[in-house]
Amino acid sequence: MTNRLPAQPGEVIDRSTSLSFTWNGKQMTGYEGDTIASAIAANGVDVFGRSMKYHRRRGILTADHWDPNLFLQVGDEPNVRAGSRKLQAGMVVSTQNVWPSLKFDLAASNQLVGRFLSSGFYYKTFMRPQFLWPLYQKILRKFAPGGEIHWETSTHGAYDKRYVHPDVLVAGGGPAGMGAALAAADAGASVLLVEHYTELGGHLRWGDDAQRAKAAELAAACEAHANIEVLVDSTVTGRYDHNWIAVNQRSHATAPERLVKARAGVMVVAAGLIERPYVFAGNDTPGVILAGAARRLINLFSVKPGTKAVVMTANEEGDGAVADLERAGVEIVAVLDARKGESIVAVEGRGRVSKVQVNDGRMLSADTVVTATGWTAPTSLLNMGGDRPVYDPVAARYFSNSLPSNILATGGIAGDGSTAELEAHGRATGELAANRSLRRRHDRVSQTARSGAPTWAKPEEVADSRTPLARNPHPECYRSTTHGMVDFSEDVSSKDLVQASKEGFDSIELMKRYTTVTMGPSQGKLETVNAASVLAEANGVEMADIGTTVWRPPYSPISLGALAGRILEPVRRSALQDWHEAHGSTPLLAGQWVRPDQYGDAMAEAANVRANVGLIDVTPLGKLDLRGADVPKLLELVYVNKWQKLDVGRVRYGAMVAEDGVVSDDGVTGRLGEDHWLMTTTSSGAGAIWEMLEDWLQTAHPEWDVHVTAVTGGLTSINVAGPNSRTLLERLTEGVDLSADAFPYFSVRTGKVAGVSDCIIWRIGFTGELSYEVHVPSGHALHVWETLLETGVDLGCAPFGVEAQRILRLEKGHYIVGQDTDGLSKAPTAGLGGLVKLDKPDTLGLPELKHAYGRDDLPILVGIQTVDGSIVPEEAAQIVDGDQNTILGRITSSRMSPTLGRSICLGQVDPSLSAAGTEITVLMADGRRIKALVQEHHAHFDHEGARQRV
Amino acid sequence: MIIVPCPNCGPRNSGDLRPAGEVISRPDPATCSLSEWREYLYMRPNPAGWVTETWYCRGGCRRYFTIERNTATNEIRGQEAS
Repeated sequence: MTNRLPAQPGEVIDRSTSLSFTWNGKQMTGYEGDTIASAIAANGVDVFGRSMKYHRRRGILTADHWDPNLFLQVGDEPNVRAGSRKLQAGMVVSTQNVWPSLKFDLAASNQLVGRFLSSGFYYKTFMRPQFLWPLYQKILRKFAPGGEIHWETSTHGAYDKRYVHPDVLVAGGGPAGMGAALAAADAGASVLLVEHYTELGGHLRWGDDAQRAKAAELAAACEAHANIEVLVDSTVTGRYDHNWIAVNQRSHATAPERLVKARAGVMVVAAGLIERPYVFAGNDTPGVILAGAARRLINLFSVKPGTKAVVMTANEEGDGAVADLERAGVEIVAVLDARKGESIVAVEGRGRVSKVQVNDGRMLSADTVVTATGWTAPTSLLNMGGDRPVYDPVAARYFSNSLPSNILATGGIAGDGSTAELEAHGRATGELAANRSLRRRHDRVSQTARSGAPTWAKPEEVADSRTPLARNPHPECYRSTTHGMVDFSEDVSSKDLVQASKEGFDSIELMKRYTTVTMGPSQGKLETVNAASVLAEANGVEMADIGTTVWRPPYSPISLGALAGRILEPVRRSALQDWHEAHGSTPLLAGQWVRPDQYGDAMAEAANVRANVGLIDVTPLGKLDLRGADVPKLLELVYVNKWQKLDVGRVRYGAMVAEDGVVSDDGVTGRLGEDHWLMTTTSSGAGAIWEMLEDWLQTAHPEWDVHVTAVTGGLTSINVAGPNSRTLLERLTEGVDLSADAFPYFSVRTGKVAGVSDCIIWRIGFTGELSYEVHVPSGHALHVWETLLETGVDLGCAPFGVEAQRILRLEKGHYIVGQDTDGLSKAPTAGLGGLVKLDKPDTLGLPELKHAYGRDDLPILVGIQTVDGSIVPEEAAQIVDGDQNTILGRITSSRMSPTLGRSICLGQVDPSLSAAGTEITVLMADGRRIKALVQEHHAHFDHEGARQRV
Repeated sequence: MIIVPCPNCGPRNSGDLRPAGEVISRPDPATCSLSEWREYLYMRPNPAGWVTETWYCRGGCRRYFTIERNTATNEIRGQEAS
């Protein structure tokens, strides 16, 4: 059976191109230009799916993007809007929300138990007993709407994002929107014209010959205009502060969807009107369609919507539908004129309408019911600009109340008129938008100090002198004398809304949340006005007193892929990362950096450092070059210790606390010259510390002579660690005496390494071995690294990774800020007592530091060893009170030590447990409680530091 | 995302910058009481209306500057370089 009509004058299908596809496994064909739904309907299908809660049979209702009954699964893509998505050859289309099949749906029995699924059923049932929740969840999932996702096999490719800065963004490509775009573009504004559907034209597309000709003429002018970019099949989904506008573009050539982020001078909202369903018993029976749906099916897709129709009309759209149906050969059983008080009471029929009851008592036989009972003005985007639309009972719809100067409304949303009147209002709006946006553009350029002054004159401000569009009278047709469906996607009936009102949810916002009316994929476009009218009636008040729910983004639901887009976060790589990867390193993502975790065997790498010499790339270490006479003042401010007396050629360890006294960062800073310093920070803190220094220098102490330059990436940092490190460096260093007397521990020298000048060498010992950190200008880093390895072959020189370094530092008991401390750790917890100087006039967090050192209840960081040295407690394992679960601390770092052959830990413990030798209990993740002993020192190995001072 | 006018770089997306909070005065850490210090650390007027706040142009000139912003409407005025 086929419902395809002979060629219609305005059809958009190309009958020379057949497309084959499957519908629930059945082979079908459609034409190029069909929507998925029009192609299926042309093949004689009435039922497209089942409703969400009651699993009632559903067919076409609006035949456009908003159709709540046309959410289908297409291949691996769920929730495809078949009313607007174009058909493609080979599509595998199926129903959603049926179980086990469309014809026999088990869940349809929900209709029989409907009273359990009425208003607020989410809150009333499936609540108790709590232990059954997982079971409820499993069952509810079977009944829930929505298709299936197949992420393992998804073939969608990369979603994308784009940024664009039009002077004027026009939302809606009907006659008013196109008029606005053309006028704004003619006035010199750059225009982005965004159309929801795949072609420009709006409601003219399914209109008469003259309307279609006008649409084609305006569309051609827009496409041809140099100042206009047209985005079709794209939705303006949200408007945010300062006209930050999100556009979901579905028509991109390569990306499945693209999120276009627009910053527009002025947004012109020309969203048109959306036809509302009429509420009566059986109004969701397949065969009940809106006038617009009938006209679109016939005029655009040449699909006959039925054979015998009853039409209820309150406006020209309904009258036009009558004419179209007659032309399509549909028998018109009756035309009910709502302007004369005629209306539908109820329809009967299961898989399709069979009988129609009229308010004059007649019972008519028909398979199709067409209603034209009025409009929803989709004021969503106006709401997002702060507008609270007001109901006009004469026109029976909502109108904008007050708009900010950077939003203008035109077209059906602003009033009624002929095609010419709508276009004229659009053009006047476009001129106004251009004036305002060009004045804004002029301001923006003028405000940018570094750009030249604009070379064009700022336009004079133009007043809003537009002739308002008329508001034609329209009967208030919302609900018949029976109850029917208000929200088709959420299965909320007018009866549910009346019940909600009776239960006390009698404000529109409360009723919405309680019943979920307007909360489905249509986002209120079909339901809001009907819901307000039912509530007004239930409360016995006027529509205008009900108000509306606030429409928030998105205008239309947007896929998560489009929101995620393409991740464009850069990964930082040191100059040596290619070498690490070529030599078998396991990558470790550490903040923005990718680093070598190990080169195969971290334990062996660590052992080699203790026995011979190792090289590690520590480039991510934050490095700040500080110059100026007042650097010591800055250092005294931001570090807890003192810096005024540090001699040139010396380095010092410093710890930082924030203003709240919490340990924030640490590192080594050296004095390279009288007024030249190099500060290092933790890798993760590099950016924040730089910004923090700038903050103090710019806002609190602009009088200080300090200049900060970030050199983290400019200097590649190589730590040469191990007993053979001095011998190795002596072979390659020129101009620096590396002997213990000439270059003592905690000193810095500048010289030539492997022929490379300006290397900064400092002697420190994070690993606990004799070691030198060499900061090499990054362009020469690979040469220095490779030369060190080649020259050190006989000394056992080998690279080591981050994991080996973590083992080595834990053996030495060096804490890591953020690992062994947390967002509550004050200086005493970290054991900074010897470092902190409280007698400075100003240092960050000074009052908190003083307070902290007067307390005896702060946790203390201690070295910990398990009694059974073969057990390595998990990091973050809790330290508890014996067999009780009272938490007395936690393990912050733990490793197996290759040097000691046993497990070693650092942990924060309650001060009552901090004395050396205290036995503590560690609760493992598997529930075991193991014994451990608090150690005298943080260091598990060489706590005197003999090895690093040789 | 609002637009914040940097005195050097012009009007920019706020994502290019970092808000550094309301402008507040810092008590003398050497002499203030602990409660005065905690007032400075944690208490902010945070009015629904005009505030003077500091922004950092992290994606551009790396300068800190102040603006007046209406927290209810995001209207901005009175930009000043620090």
